Amino acid sequence: MKILIRNGHIIDPLQKIDGVGEIVIVDGKIEKVIMLSAEAPPSKRVEERGEGSGIQTIDAAGCYVLPGLIDMHAHLREPGFEHKETIRSGTLAALRGGFTSVSAMPNTSPVNDNHSVTGYILRRAAEEGFSSVHPIGAITKGQHGRELAEMGMMHEAGCVAFSDDGRPVMNSLMMRRALEYSKVFNVPIISHCEDTDLSGEGVMNEGAVSGMLGLKGVPREAEEIMVARDIILAKLAGGRLHIAHVSTEGSVRLIRNAKESGMHISAETCPHYFSITENSVKGYNTNAKVNPPLRTERDIDAIKAGLRDGTIDVIATDHAPHHRDEKLQEFDRAPSGISGFETAVSLSLKLVQEGILTMSQLVEKMALNPATILGLASNDSKGSLKVGSTADVVIVDTARDFKVQPDGFLSKGKNTPFEGWVLKGMPLITICRGRIFDCLKGVYPGLE
Amino acid sequence: MIQMVKDLVSTRDLSGEDIDLILTTASSFKDVLKRDIKKVPALRGKTVVNLFFEPSTRTKTSFELAEKRLSSDVLNFSTLTSSVVKGESLFDTVKTIESYGVDFIVIRHSLSGAPHFIAKNTSASVINAGDGINEHPTQALLDAFTIKEKKNSFQNLTVAIVGDILHSRVAKSNIYCLQRLGAKVRLVGPPTLLPVTVPEGMDVFYNIDEGVKDVDVIMMLRIQMERQGKGFFPSANEYFKYWGLDANRLKHAKQDAIVMHPGPMNRGIEISSDVADSPQAVILEQVTNGLAVRMAVLYLLSGNRK
Repeated sequence: MKILIRNGHIIDPLQKIDGVGEIVIVDGKIEKVIMLSAEAPPSKRVEERGEGSGIQTIDAAGCYVLPGLIDMHAHLREPGFEHKETIRSGTLAALRGGFTSVSAMPNTSPVNDNHSVTGYILRRAAEEGFSSVHPIGAITKGQHGRELAEMGMMHEAGCVAFSDDGRPVMNSLMMRRALEYSKVFNVPIISHCEDTDLSGEGVMNEGAVSGMLGLKGVPREAEEIMVARDIILAKLAGGRLHIAHVSTEGSVRLIRNAKESGMHISAETCPHYFSITENSVKGYNTNAKVNPPLRTERDIDAIKAGLRDGTIDVIATDHAPHHRDEKLQEFDRAPSGISGFETAVSLSLKLVQEGILTMSQLVEKMALNPATILGLASNDSKGSLKVGSTADVVIVDTARDFKVQPDGFLSKGKNTPFEGWVLKGMPLITICRGRIFDCLKGVYPGLE
Repeated sequence: MIQMVKDLVSTRDLSGEDIDLILTTASSFKDVLKRDIKKVPALRGKTVVNLFFEPSTRTKTSFELAEKRLSSDVLNFSTLTSSVVKGESLFDTVKTIESYGVDFIVIRHSLSGAPHFIAKNTSASVINAGDGINEHPTQALLDAFTIKEKKNSFQNLTVAIVGDILHSRVAKSNIYCLQRLGAKVRLVGPPTLLPVTVPEGMDVFYNIDEGVKDVDVIMMLRIQMERQGKGFFPSANEYFKYWGLDANRLKHAKQDAIVMHPGPMNRGIEISSDVADSPQAVILEQVTNGLAVRMAVLYLLSGNRK
């Protein structure tokens, strides 16, 4: 099976490729990447050298051709919450969103805190998954924050990072131990930064809007205190600290300062934290309930600046699907989370349109950097289009209008605050392990 | 405009004219309540459901009597007798009630935004009888009615709201309502019980003597005893010492100042008995006025349903 992607603008930050060219995929591997410079004679084209026969050709004229995107922060809900999402529906939605690899957070039921759950997830992914799945194991048993989970055995079973996402490790000694112990396996510890005593019963950002709605607030400081603590602990303990879903100006500043002091930490944010504010909660909109909560314009500006100057390394989705009935409740009772796979690229392209990131930098944040942080760049050559690597490619049309219609999501989670938005640009085709997925139709040939 | 809307979930939705109309209408109903026969046929054939998810005596009684004075059919639905204890969602509860063909749902709920949620999901008119720490619009309207009766106008009037403003839906609705009517509002209390973001145009006082100095109206709020031991204030004793209203403190206000309280009162914690029972206190008149104001709200919203 051969695939030829023609005429597209190829970007691969790792190989410093940024121009029009052709990619040849053979048997699920990248066979060739040919750049067409203005001076290059047409004879260099693949077809005209007699290699065109028997090849499935994709004309990517006017589109970008990028390494398959990697989402290092997602919730696939299986096992235990299959009414919200399954590995099948989640990874299908991921492909639609341009993600060929996703990392699944461990807050399933049972919690992914031992190698048999890791094994189960990977087995289910092999049986029914569309994109690749890279599980993230729990830092502590049951995510209770009291005892270290069996990181070594989970790592051996396939976990690429550890996190108690959604339930921060409040005990500083436990966090120190986790950072220390993780050094044996050279894996990142992903920290959901929230001082739960300070966030208390808060359900949205604390400020004028929470006051107006009579909803209890979560101050920014609840996040920032833990960002500061974890940076301080990482200095003491070493390890590879990765700060999840940065939502505040203060967090950006703390991470920037740490990096400037020479610390090797990394950080991510999510499209909703640079796209919308606490105002989206008005009307008690439970689809805008997310943890950490949506903040303010000032925070958006700081996050954009952090993305631009490299303080924030990664854009992840924090894809958190929920059932409609769970969101159709009183605001306090509705669970937190946004279904993010199918809007992430379109929302992130706004950063390019606004001149905050170049296309190449966006690819770094959504493919190369997450691959590097999770160790997928060295092991599987993910996040780039290197010859010989697995053929994970996404073709993005930056001119095409995309109207957000949650009813048409492939994810079971229709919970999005972006319903009705018209965004510019979207993935057209995602090639995962050499198989072509049509993002427009939402089908994977063979499953129609 | 009250003439246009289906629901009353927030005082923020009301214009100054809306409030005037409600107060004028309430005034007519207050006259009705002084008659020998206190009932009018305004809501005959209409059905009202009182949907109370939180214990309430005075608000519920007041609404129920107002509904009966207007000749509507009244159904009471409270958590203890409902299927909510069986795990039914609020959405399903409301849809079930709606299926009976009700015209009004009066809701009291411990979570902010619950009335807004059901208003979006039912064709019945929804009246907020108190939601979480958010709003209690009819309380603010009856307070405005009472102030107007005593002071005639809101211009050049200063109102001090004293106590747990952070958790008080009464305070919040009153702030919106009084500001809309042109009164000057002060907030008085310990910083732990004040809003994090103080709405514009308001002065904040930690010291009650300064806070009530030369004001026309003192609005005391109930201190919920469950706030004790949570770090909001050290003890009821200390609270009363610094923020309780007694006769000496009342002297700092204008001589003809009135003292209000939404009830139920904690005597000796936020208010002393000599103040609560003094001629300056209008607390029982607030209760009477509540009936007239709730009749007015039901009557005006009913007009919108035709």
